[in-house]
Amino acid sequence: MSALLELNSLVKRFQSFTAVNGISLEVPAGEVLGFLGPNGAGKSTTMKMAAGFLTPDGGSAHICGVDVAAQPELARQNLGYLPEGAPAYGEMSVAAFLKFCARLRDLSGADARDAIARAVERTELGGVLEQPIETMSKGFKRRVGLAQAILHEPKVLILDEPTDGLDPNQKHHVRQLIRDMSADRAIVISTHILEEVDAVCSRAVIIDRGSIVADGTAAELRKLGPGKGKTSSLEEAFRHVTVPAATEDQPHV
Amino acid sequence: MSPCLQQRKISRMSRVMAIFQRELSGYFNTPIAYVFLIIFVMLAGMFTFYIGNLYERGVADLVPYFTYLPWLFLILVPAISMRLWSEERRSGTIELLMTMPVSVWQAVIGKWLAGVAFVAVALACTIPLWLTVNYLGSPDNGVIAVSYLGALALAGVFLAIGSCMSALTSNQVIAFVLAVSAGFVFVTSGTPIVLDGVRTVLPEAMAAGIASLSVLTHYDGLTRGLIDVPAVVWVISMTAFWLFATTVAVDLKKAG
Repeated sequence: MSALLELNSLVKRFQSFTAVNGISLEVPAGEVLGFLGPNGAGKSTTMKMAAGFLTPDGGSAHICGVDVAAQPELARQNLGYLPEGAPAYGEMSVAAFLKFCARLRDLSGADARDAIARAVERTELGGVLEQPIETMSKGFKRRVGLAQAILHEPKVLILDEPTDGLDPNQKHHVRQLIRDMSADRAIVISTHILEEVDAVCSRAVIIDRGSIVADGTAAELRKLGPGKGKTSSLEEAFRHVTVPAATEDQPHV
Repeated sequence: MSPCLQQRKISRMSRVMAIFQRELSGYFNTPIAYVFLIIFVMLAGMFTFYIGNLYERGVADLVPYFTYLPWLFLILVPAISMRLWSEERRSGTIELLMTMPVSVWQAVIGKWLAGVAFVAVALACTIPLWLTVNYLGSPDNGVIAVSYLGALALAGVFLAIGSCMSALTSNQVIAFVLAVSAGFVFVTSGTPIVLDGVRTVLPEAMAAGIASLSVLTHYDGLTRGLIDVPAVVWVISMTAFWLFATTVAVDLKKAG
């Protein structure tokens, strides 16, 4: 079977600034791909294009073989997406929000109830179902975003910083959840926590200034460090392949 | 097509309804709805009784109420429409909504319908006025029913304009001001203030064209119980145009 998620030379420009410059990726079922890179490298922009929120200036994205730009509604049926910052309708309760998402996913009646119950159990939201989302902590909001993304058992999961704002126990739990779900799915997670690569990812790419600068398993990435073939830490490898200067004041998109 | 794709039954209406219900309950989840309804009913009463002189006229009809309604809508309807898209953009939920299997059209229609339903509730709150004139005399209830429909249609046009303005900005105050300004242009374009000026520089045909876009030109007929073809065409084409403009604005600006 071909890759569940395919990105072909994606390009995105904002005025004169090229945020993403020809990123190609294939993520087959069973893979958890870590998306690493300095702030402003184009991680979120790439994910937004893969999810069909931003229209690429060049290239294409396919989810389960469906072109995201050409048939967005069809492609998105197989996509679970956690946007950066896990936005949600603050005035809604968790239960109402998930019910709303289920309806947009064409789940109704018993199907919707089962799907919501499963997602709530996996993300451990059972105790806060009736609480308005805006009154919750960052970690809970993140889990609401995750619950929404996995609600319909999508084949492709794109999660922008799924563990951001979680305490160590919650991080552990979310990583476990991602591992459990990975068997027959293609999962992409962005992170700048390098330990996450060892913890959950079967493969990682490092992107810098809009292009992929490294691609491989954690062990392969370690060999890219400054020590010429010797195994270094992931952090050394990361610093070695990305350019630290001049990334600070690029527009955040 | 790859085998992993399970084509789910696509039910467009159910998605529109999901968005409609979320939006409508969003009004009532906050104090906005109640503040709005109270202010609307108070102002409608003031216009009707004090400025429109309902009692002194000695005629059992609701003309004073419906005459001032476009001006009331001009200010109050943008207060309903301003949050429709601005809030989605400010909070980032637009990224969530627009990565669901929902088309921009479905979202635009669902949100607009929620605004229309809310105005319908507001109009329903003024039904005691209708009962009052029936108690005082015997008004032509058909005319009043048509006027209510016309008022709702007019609100629909204002809401469509307002939703477009709301899609242009993530700031609700700007969305409000833009919607009031655009609404003002369409309310006044049929009045002598504008038309006399236009006639001095443009041919009569152009002036007539501008007048035909005006809210008041078409609304006056409706308040006399007259549903004529130009009015219906005006309501449908204005609403369709501004909702279309909203979809374009959402598409263009969602990343901003």
